Amino acid sequence: MQRHLISAADLTRDDAVLILDTAEEMARVADRPIKKLPTLRGRTVVNLFFEDSTRTRISFEAAEKRLSADVINFTAKGSSVSKGESLKDTAQTLEAMGVDAVVIRHGASGAPYRLATSGWIDAHVINAGDGTHQHPTQALLDAFTMRRRLVGPDAGLGKDLDGRRVTLVGDILHSRVARSNVDLLHTLGAEVTLVAPPTLLPVGVETWPCEVSYDLDSTLTKSDAVMLLRVQRERMNAAFFPTEREYSRRYGLDGDRMAKMPDHAIVMHPGPMVRGMEITAEVADSGRCTVVEQVTNGVSVRMAVLYLLLGGAEPAVTHARPTEEK
Amino acid sequence: MDKQQDQRSEARPVLEGPDIARVLTRIAHEIVERAKGADDVVLLGIPTRGVFLARRLADKLEQITERKMPVGSLDITMYRDDLRMHPPRALARTEIPGDGIDGRLVVLVDDVLFSGRTIRAALDALNDIGRPRAVQLAVLVDRGHRELPIRADYVGKNLPTSLRETVKVQLAEEDGRDTVLLGAKPDTPGAHP
Repeated sequence: MQRHLISAADLTRDDAVLILDTAEEMARVADRPIKKLPTLRGRTVVNLFFEDSTRTRISFEAAEKRLSADVINFTAKGSSVSKGESLKDTAQTLEAMGVDAVVIRHGASGAPYRLATSGWIDAHVINAGDGTHQHPTQALLDAFTMRRRLVGPDAGLGKDLDGRRVTLVGDILHSRVARSNVDLLHTLGAEVTLVAPPTLLPVGVETWPCEVSYDLDSTLTKSDAVMLLRVQRERMNAAFFPTEREYSRRYGLDGDRMAKMPDHAIVMHPGPMVRGMEITAEVADSGRCTVVEQVTNGVSVRMAVLYLLLGGAEPAVTHARPTEEK
Repeated sequence: MDKQQDQRSEARPVLEGPDIARVLTRIAHEIVERAKGADDVVLLGIPTRGVFLARRLADKLEQITERKMPVGSLDITMYRDDLRMHPPRALARTEIPGDGIDGRLVVLVDDVLFSGRTIRAALDALNDIGRPRAVQLAVLVDRGHRELPIRADYVGKNLPTSLRETVKVQLAEEDGRDTVLLGAKPDTPGAHP
């Protein structure tokens, strides 16, 4: 593994499988009376959030605390950033405080990369979502959820998602979750299909390692997992489709559509859901929808990432691990 | 001298399959004797090979006491005191039997007792899982060179060694055969038990 986690595309198959296997063991800590490990005692992690987030920030904070790290929360609102401080000065302030890792969410694509490679700080950088670029821990928790549901918690250990068919539906254009998922799922051997109105597909999508379709119904019948993405109104500055009603008719998942999916197939959503738009309440509340599970798994996966990046003298090395099946 | 598998030509077996079986039978009897029937015993193996030894001990205890013997595993990776000195290791499974360990006699099972640091980590890990009535330690081989005030309650074989020697336990479940090998340490430093 590299020193930082900036993009899901930086992970090799072995890295990703190691993270998922580690997350599987971390998940068992949640069942204990004392949900805490001493592993990161004395290490300081800053959650640097320039953009609103509830789920990801709380999830990272829970993961850091379960590993006994010291946690500093930083939100742009009410900080020197609102007075005009630059990312560089903020970074150097953190460096001066002796921070071991920075979890950063930023509205600008590439901000975590800039932070990691500019030499401003020595700390490990973990990308918690940057603009419309990447959100690697989300992709990891989605892959973890898929492996658990489609292969099994124990049967999945050491395995990837070879040959599983995953469909991503919705606002691909603005979605860092989609980009991260396409990269990671491809690395793990899954077959990804994107379904969206043409206006919500980015330029250059044909170069991505996935299929593209405009027709949800024909794709649903051959999917093992269907992931719905929220239409990101806050990032839209033009009309991408005529009406919400038309969008949800063509690309929303309702009970009738879900019935066409194979029996074992699951419905996923990275949250926050807009009920009635991309997903109906009937689907969201059904047993096949893994939204709540994804949140739980998010903590385990983030614990695994933090442990593998910060737990030792240097980040975990996967190639030095011979075929040690544990 | 048997060197068909081992590159280190000096590695010689000090315990073979039948010896290991006899040693485990003896330890099982000792556990029953000292625990006065082993009513509340929970066996916890330390991965990787301690888990297999714990399962074998449980089988023997079940034969002796004719009762089901709770057996599990305790991964100590995240409690190690040398975590910061190596890249993070892959984690192994911690599996605590259904009834937990509160108020019970926990017998930790490991293959080799050396510095005692693994057992210290195991005691810390136990602390986060529950409060046993007492904790005991069973090991297949005690090779000496303790760095902490820790001792085993049940020892398969006391093996006086020098620090330049290595002790390697092989078990059928993992390595295809049962044996304990005593060899000379290769020149690479940092090899840890």
